[in-house]
Amino acid sequence: MIGNWPLLTIITFLPMIGVLFLLMIRGDDDVVARNARHVALWVSGFTFVVSLALVLNFDPQAPGYQFEERSDWLPGAGISYHLGVDGISMPFILLSTLLSPLAILASWKAITVRVREYMIAFLVLETMMIGMFASLDMLMFYLFFEGVLIPMFIIIGVWGGARRVYAAFKFFLYTLLGSVLMLVCMLAMYIDAGTTDIPMLTSHGFAAGMQTWLFLGFLASFAVKVPMWPVHTWLPDAHVEAPTAGSMILAGVLLKMGGYGFIRFSLPMFPLASEFFAPLIFALSIIAIVYTSLVALAQSDMKKLIAYSSVAHMGFVTIGIFTLTEQGVAGAMFQMISHGLVSAALFFCVGVVYDRLHTRDIGAYGGVAAVMPRYAVFFMFMMLASVGLPGTSGFVGEMLVLVGAWKASSWVALFTATGLVLGATYMLWLYRRVMFGKVVSAEVEAMERISRREVLIFAPLTLLVLWFGIYPASLLDVMASSIQIILDSAAAGGAIVIAGR
Amino acid sequence: MYASIVFLPLIGSLIAGWLSLGNRDRAAELITCGCMLLSLLFSIIAFAQVAIDGQPITIDLARWIVSGDFEAMWRLRFDTLTAVMLIVVTGVSSMVHIYSVGYMSHDNARARFMAYLSLFTFAMLMLVTADNLVQLFFGWEGVGVASYLLIGFWYKKDSAHSAAMKAFVVNRVGDFGFALGILAVYQIFGSIQFDEIFTNAAVMANTEINFLGGALPALEVAGILLFIGAMGKSAQLGLHTWLPDAMEGPTPVSALIHAATMVTAGVFMVCRLSPMLEYAPLSLDIITIVGALTAIFAATVGFTQFDIKRVIAYSTCSQLGYMFFAAGVSAYPAAMFHLTTHAFFKALLFLGAGSVIHAMSDEQDLRNMGGIWRKVPVTYAMMWIGSLALAGFPFFAGFYSKDMILEAAYAAHTGVGSLAFWLGCAAAFLTAFYSWRLLIMAFHGKPRASAEVMSHVHESPLVMTLPLLVLSIGAVFSGWLGYELFVGAGMDRFWGDSILILPIHTAMEHAHHVPTWVKLLPVVLATSGVVLAVLCYSVWTGVPAATVRAFRPIHAFFYNKWYFDELYDAIFVRPAVRIGAFLWHKGDRDTIDGLGPDGLSGLVVRVSAAAARLQSGFVFHYAFAMLIGVVALVTWYYLRFGGM
Repeated sequence: MIGNWPLLTIITFLPMIGVLFLLMIRGDDDVVARNARHVALWVSGFTFVVSLALVLNFDPQAPGYQFEERSDWLPGAGISYHLGVDGISMPFILLSTLLSPLAILASWKAITVRVREYMIAFLVLETMMIGMFASLDMLMFYLFFEGVLIPMFIIIGVWGGARRVYAAFKFFLYTLLGSVLMLVCMLAMYIDAGTTDIPMLTSHGFAAGMQTWLFLGFLASFAVKVPMWPVHTWLPDAHVEAPTAGSMILAGVLLKMGGYGFIRFSLPMFPLASEFFAPLIFALSIIAIVYTSLVALAQSDMKKLIAYSSVAHMGFVTIGIFTLTEQGVAGAMFQMISHGLVSAALFFCVGVVYDRLHTRDIGAYGGVAAVMPRYAVFFMFMMLASVGLPGTSGFVGEMLVLVGAWKASSWVALFTATGLVLGATYMLWLYRRVMFGKVVSAEVEAMERISRREVLIFAPLTLLVLWFGIYPASLLDVMASSIQIILDSAAAGGAIVIAGR
Repeated sequence: MYASIVFLPLIGSLIAGWLSLGNRDRAAELITCGCMLLSLLFSIIAFAQVAIDGQPITIDLARWIVSGDFEAMWRLRFDTLTAVMLIVVTGVSSMVHIYSVGYMSHDNARARFMAYLSLFTFAMLMLVTADNLVQLFFGWEGVGVASYLLIGFWYKKDSAHSAAMKAFVVNRVGDFGFALGILAVYQIFGSIQFDEIFTNAAVMANTEINFLGGALPALEVAGILLFIGAMGKSAQLGLHTWLPDAMEGPTPVSALIHAATMVTAGVFMVCRLSPMLEYAPLSLDIITIVGALTAIFAATVGFTQFDIKRVIAYSTCSQLGYMFFAAGVSAYPAAMFHLTTHAFFKALLFLGAGSVIHAMSDEQDLRNMGGIWRKVPVTYAMMWIGSLALAGFPFFAGFYSKDMILEAAYAAHTGVGSLAFWLGCAAAFLTAFYSWRLLIMAFHGKPRASAEVMSHVHESPLVMTLPLLVLSIGAVFSGWLGYELFVGAGMDRFWGDSILILPIHTAMEHAHHVPTWVKLLPVVLATSGVVLAVLCYSVWTGVPAATVRAFRPIHAFFYNKWYFDELYDAIFVRPAVRIGAFLWHKGDRDTIDGLGPDGLSGLVVRVSAAAARLQSGFVFHYAFAMLIGVVALVTWYYLRFGGM
């Protein structure tokens, strides 16, 4: 039915059509703002509906990429417009198209100035995210990968909090510094392989010595994005200053770009270096889990606490990926999707009370459960998902990562598992201080119950977290064969080079 | 039908949760109680079919976590071990549900409470019907969350929500071990399905795995790690600190979760894993020692406490110790037997205590009670029955099961077995002592409560006393009725394949043939404990206070629960927050940011400011700079090439 449609191109650039509409709106500020909100919501919602076609028509059994589109761009130079998805990128595209309308809905009342420009930034951001995950050409990947930075930089810098400019620049500098090194590596790869086509690069087989440098170059970029310790300090600042919806997308999708990059590039293209550097990654990730969990305990700012918890959770992801085992990589993938849903919901949880009390200071809250019972239910559920309660999606990823980690080394598993205890501690403590106890002030007493719009944002996230927790097979099956291919090509890469010695 | 045993409480819980949003409490009570009673009915049928007729079955529900050769399915397993637990869980739970209707009648969030209770029951049933370790873990954490929610039910009270959090976090420490144990099992057996593990355990008995850098006996590693999980959930020494605090929850919760069901999950797990643990002798020894130490530790604390619920909580802790050391000497049937009888009489004691608290206008301190036995005759009688059963007086439930455990420990004829036997006997004496101390202080003597409180003392309504009566029947007869099946001649046929005892482990067999003094000793000790308590608290009432004065340091040590809380607070809790703050300030802000982005941007600013200063506009500055440049260039050129 839709076999001949360029589905990926449509999904990628649909939000840009919304941008065109937004540019055409005329009238008073009120009218522009109202129309801009509706246009952005409908366009992103429509994009989500169209992206469901990917799920319905995706064949988990088929090896390789699906929905491929290719047309020449710079034919002589081996650069083409090449899109396609496999079981690894497809879930991320869905995550992006799902979170975008929810984020727009979350900014419905919170954003009151320059609404049109804000919505434009969000739709551009959506295109960039989808394009990045759909790209099968390294040059395109790079353009989208960097393109994501720009709207996010603007969202933080314009609609952010008091220290927004500092945070925006820190965010920009960190990520840009990594990207420059990656760009150099990409040039080297292009010169070596003569193409920027990702499937061709995957089967190219880079020389062992070169792999080391390429791996490090990509690591510089991906590690910042994940973020891994010690290049994580931009994240708490960016989150604290970003508007709620910006945090939702930042934690929900942007952090996953690093993990995705590791799986798409580092593992299959530089397998020897991946194996060689795995202990380094483990060490950094374990530090991330223990260190940032402890730092999270010391936070008095709700958003900062959740931001630090993100760093710890992403530590699980990087460990899983570099165990080079099926369960480890699947666990990492699952953890990324799960964290995308859960952290977006948690940042929204903060946003909900921030909209009412205009502070993120934990000390200003207390006894909220009595005032906002439905909110308490959602927050409790997401808090438990975040600590990896079985039956929620958080558990599946952590469990599989631990299985993979144990295969790599029982030490790694041991330290990784400390995250179970520490994670529970800081999340439960946060919940306790904010939600339980007596109502601390008249302001808290006066907080309104959550609105239907807010329920509408929580509900899909809650259902998905529950669904993936109870029936994770629906996601694991989609990823399984693609992960197997990645690992096979990593193994093949290793085998070829060892034989060549 | 089998699946509905598990899922009826879930349905009840969801509906009650929905109703709680509209404050429709009565409907929620009816639905959850109805679901529970139906579940109990089906459980009885299942018990007859599975345990009595010996027809274990498994039910496939769905695929769960499947990745490569790691497979965890949703599958329900019904064998004798499960069937016994089904009776215990649904039996006590339905009584507690009904009792709660009366006990919570003054609360304004009853629907929420009933929803939590049913949710707990569902998780507990998932735990006991699990067919693999990961599903067991699901139930395990599920009951943990339900317990967290119920302990913190009165969330406005600071002590309640801090106890709730403590319970969850301490349990997580145990779960840390559990999770690693699952991984070890998966590495050893390549599977986490019980059947796969059990059939291959004998083969793997002498294999080693690499754990933390050393080659260690595989099954011992797995056994000990999993036991750490059991220690957390069953409040064994070291990870017990959450249980007394958990008494902050409403009393029906204490009866259901912290006496009859959830805390016994660890015992259940050890028995469930008997086919594997039988090949791990060191693990069994550790289980025995920990169990025995807990039994005596908790008893010593129990007889110094004044909070009526805390006394019973420490008693639970102590009785769980008995169950563990029974399992540790391979007397799993005795452990399960005591688990069952204990569920009835301990739930009875807790609900009875709840009835007392209810009558005394929410007073929990024994020092403020006394002289009420005529006003609450039913409750008083129930507490007597519960105490008699707990102390192990002949023909009450505890007599059969506790004596069986002590006899098995004696009959093990091992060093740790003897240790467990003697510590167990000492604990039995203390148990009887603190039980009657509680009875006398709560019901007899002069009233110590205010006149106003005393004027309100009343017997509880029928909806509360009826469940007490049902449980008291269990507390009286369950030992006598169950003896033959659980630990007597019919034992092997009854347990079938659900429990494995290797022929070399003979404690269970020899327990029936111990010397007469071993059989008599517990009863003698219990009697003397009662006599001593009566003497101390009814006749020579000055003795307890004088004893406390004479042995002040020892009393303080016991009264302060061996200072475990203070110790943990000093070495874990406070340092964690301090280290966190230190890492944040010194690590993130000063070091990483200081050297990284902030330092770098600071450097750029300084360098460019310096560069800007160079452009001073004075010609002689430029001329001078040029001169220096020329000199430097010439010098360099001369040094580089001039020497040639």
